[in-house]
Amino acid sequence: MQIQRIPILKLYNCLLVSIQLELDDQTALQFQEDLLNKIHTTGARGVVIDLTSVEVIDSFIAKILGDVINMSKLMGARVVLTGIQPAVAITLIELGIELREVHTALDLEKGLEKLQQELGGSR
Amino acid sequence: MTNESYVKIVTEWDIVAARQLGRNLAKELGFGSVDQARITTAISELARNIYLYAEEGHIYIERIDHVGKSGMKVVAKDPGPGISDIRKVMEDGFSTSGGLGAGLPGVKRLMDDFDIVSNMGEGTEITVVKWLR
Repeated sequence: MQIQRIPILKLYNCLLVSIQLELDDQTALQFQEDLLNKIHTTGARGVVIDLTSVEVIDSFIAKILGDVINMSKLMGARVVLTGIQPAVAITLIELGIELREVHTALDLEKGLEKLQQELGGSR
Repeated sequence: MTNESYVKIVTEWDIVAARQLGRNLAKELGFGSVDQARITTAISELARNIYLYAEEGHIYIERIDHVGKSGMKVVAKDPGPGISDIRKVMEDGFSTSGGLGAGLPGVKRLMDDFDIVSNMGEGTEITVVKWLR
């Protein structure tokens, strides 16, 4: 098996990520590094990570996501998670995982709106 | 009817294989999407425990039928060091690996039945069941 790369798209001052594959540990760690590098090279101020197609988030993947959000914050970029499925939300809470102080929105569109509001609408 | 499948857990890729196997059987047995996610996540946590603490072990998955009920049984078995204080690992927030500490109490909440047998130096066997509603 080899590490897969998750595409990261730039849109104005934001980065868009849609995770559409089964996340294994190495792919998640690679994504963490790729996203931080992309923030660095583009100077993006906001990131939307869309999880609509993600069917399972276990404690490890949750930790990676939480970490990358905090790391992005250190680099001056806000992250919004969008599209978390009902089953994933239920499972995360039952598992005992709280993603504290993480910004979320129902879908990609609302996530982008939220980011633009927080960034003061500046492009 | 027993059609048991198993995945040997040695590398982190095997964790993905185990949860895919679990998800497929859960789907096949007719579990809804939330229970599928619960079962798949529980398998992922159990497989990760084997990978982190025991280095190798197996995840066995099978359909079970018991007095008119059907369900899915998952057994995580490893010949690892064993757990010295089971009560302690069943406390929320206890983790020796520096993870999020979700661990076994989380798995217990996700599933209907939970049973753990562990002997120092002999290994650990965790059995969990989700019943079809």
